[in-house]
Amino acid sequence: MKLTGSEILIECLKAEGVKTIFALPGGVVLKIFDMLHQQKDIEVVLTRHEQGAGHMAEGYAKATGKAGVCLVTSGPGMTNVITALADAYMDSVPLVCISGQVSTSLIGNDAFQEADNIGLSRPCTKYNFLVKDVNDLATTMKEAFYIATTGRPGPVLVDIPKDVSLAKADFTYPSSVAIRGYNPTYEGNKWQIKQAAEAIMKAKKPVLYVGGGVVFSQAAKELLELAEMTQIPVDMTLMGLGAFPGEHPQSMGMLGMHGTYCANMAVHYSDLVIAVGARFDDRVTGKVSEFCPFAKVIHIDIDPTSIRKNIHVDIPIVGDCKAVLRELNQILRATVNGNQKDLRKPWWDQIREWQQAHPLAYQQEPDGAIKPQHVVKRLYELTKDRDPIVATDVGQHQMWTAQYFKLARPNRWLTSGGLGTMGFGFPAAMGAQAAFRDRLVLCVAGDGSIQMNMQEMATAVVSKLPVKIIILNNRFHGMVRQWQDLFYEGRYASSYLDTTPDFVKLAEAYGAVGLRAGKVGDLDAVLKEAISTDKPVVVDVPTYPYENCYPMIPAGGCNHEMILEDPPELKQRMAGVPSTGSDENKDTILTA
Amino acid sequence: MEHIISVTVENKFGVLSRVAGLFSGRGFNIESLSVAPTLDPSMSQMTIVTSGDERIVEQIVKQLNKLIDVIKVVDLNESDFVSRETALIKVHTKAEDRAEALRIADIFRANVIDSTPSTYTIEVTGDPKKLEAIINLLQPLGIKELIRTGRVAIAREAIRPAVSQPKKLVRE
Repeated sequence: MKLTGSEILIECLKAEGVKTIFALPGGVVLKIFDMLHQQKDIEVVLTRHEQGAGHMAEGYAKATGKAGVCLVTSGPGMTNVITALADAYMDSVPLVCISGQVSTSLIGNDAFQEADNIGLSRPCTKYNFLVKDVNDLATTMKEAFYIATTGRPGPVLVDIPKDVSLAKADFTYPSSVAIRGYNPTYEGNKWQIKQAAEAIMKAKKPVLYVGGGVVFSQAAKELLELAEMTQIPVDMTLMGLGAFPGEHPQSMGMLGMHGTYCANMAVHYSDLVIAVGARFDDRVTGKVSEFCPFAKVIHIDIDPTSIRKNIHVDIPIVGDCKAVLRELNQILRATVNGNQKDLRKPWWDQIREWQQAHPLAYQQEPDGAIKPQHVVKRLYELTKDRDPIVATDVGQHQMWTAQYFKLARPNRWLTSGGLGTMGFGFPAAMGAQAAFRDRLVLCVAGDGSIQMNMQEMATAVVSKLPVKIIILNNRFHGMVRQWQDLFYEGRYASSYLDTTPDFVKLAEAYGAVGLRAGKVGDLDAVLKEAISTDKPVVVDVPTYPYENCYPMIPAGGCNHEMILEDPPELKQRMAGVPSTGSDENKDTILTA
Repeated sequence: MEHIISVTVENKFGVLSRVAGLFSGRGFNIESLSVAPTLDPSMSQMTIVTSGDERIVEQIVKQLNKLIDVIKVVDLNESDFVSRETALIKVHTKAEDRAEALRIADIFRANVIDSTPSTYTIEVTGDPKKLEAIINLLQPLGIKELIRTGRVAIAREAIRPAVSQPKKLVRE
């Protein structure tokens, strides 16, 4: 029996086990939506903006480890989803984006809502397809899912012209894929792995530097075994948070620009850096030429281009983190002789010294303005037993959440690392919530970034996705303000946002629940109320506006040269500013 | 340093823009690029002349390999290779210069492939130095138009001792 392109598409999605897609209709995809409307296996979450659909698919993918799927229309639908594709490309998120296209006979004619979807998405997708013949659709979909989820995962776009969605063809879903130009390496080179094991046994001050690759290859168990067996401290990148238990005594927390003092010192003074599924991003390395200057570097990554892109690597291992770590552990198990703790004692003594010298810290006055770190810390302590999924937007609140929310497991952390996309958190949280209806999903946001995709509150309410948003409301683009205070003599150019909107009323206007914690004393009660509410909740927490995020390595600085507190000239400048953080400060803020 | 990279790609639409986009997006340099189908019509062969230090060229090769439509990448500089480029040169020729133009073409074993009373179009093939040389000599006559193909290159076959007796020529 012949099926239309739209039916074939839906059959392909079913065959790939897709349960939920995030979508917004338009002229050229109407047939696809019409067919989706007439089936029950795939749930369609109607978003209010295509960017939201893209980020929801990302959140879904990060939380489940499976490909997220979004469906958008041609022209503006496509251009709106580009940000999410670029975000997914940077952070290696498996995504299949289906875009509508004008009929093949109209392509190139500047037709209504036409855009060059292939040209637009080429630099920000792992691969993209234009399906010109309905007979190719099933094979294309199979290849799209295969490319998105294998190797280093990433977004794949399938562009479907309107006439292809209407045309009919026989449907059989291919059982296998063969692409001659695409053969990711999974097993690492055995000789290189042996070299790595030997280097680990010889090292006196080794550090594991782990990234998002560990999460995507589901290698957390293997990593834990390696770390415990060899007693090596573990630094995590922003994307790697959750790959290693945050409360584990060997966890150093995050490294890099706003990483912990001990994580950065450990990597700087180590004699062996073992990078697993990480890519030596500039936010981690700071000044590349002085990153881990005393160390040999082992780099395990499935993407050969990541290796030796930014820094020299002594032992490169191209392969899947899980497969390589398993092999490495097997060799080490036979070699490690049980006295690793004694062997590593001098190194650990040094690390504990660093930890005690400069732990993460903030000062919360019982009657003063609420400190943003305190909100994250209380949120963590009140929710950790429920194993929540945590999303963030981008900025100060993101860094504080990375520092203080100590995730125990992978796939609980939804954040935009590479692209740094404000507006990512809320839709990503909704995507995760759509995958796990019964789980607690939190979104820590800033008052700036939440407004970038606030419209999705309508989606959350209508589609019953009870995400809990905690807004650390400092009335600033806080990270911009921090840089202006540190590097631009406190001239707040376009960083002050004022006190609008009233987020409580805004939430209520959408039919969600709005709460506010105005005083330190109210915070716990309000947070508890939020997490026990079975609806989308916005918790507005006015925080001290001038809090800066430390430690901080200035862009291009060295990892061992961190700014640990406000420099003296900034303290002096701030001396005249009231510390209550209340709204009466507005005049002071504007004239500061 | 200059590198010649030979890239075997899928012969389908959009592949050239993926390769070109990779170079422009990552700030790599392309000096010339030539592309045409191979013996197998489902594949095309690209010859890319680029430059950069060892680390950059390593990245270029890796990034090309990462493209899904790229089947094979060979950095020809890693072994011995031969390369050629063709130029078509349209030269103004006044009556008194016509013999000189032909002489120059002859020296470089170039062919005259089109002729009008006031021009010759000369086809010349060789390495870039040879092309530069003939262009320099023809310039005083007045070059009206110049088209170069960009280089194509192929690895030299490794010289191996013959393992079996060569077949005898059979004469009828």
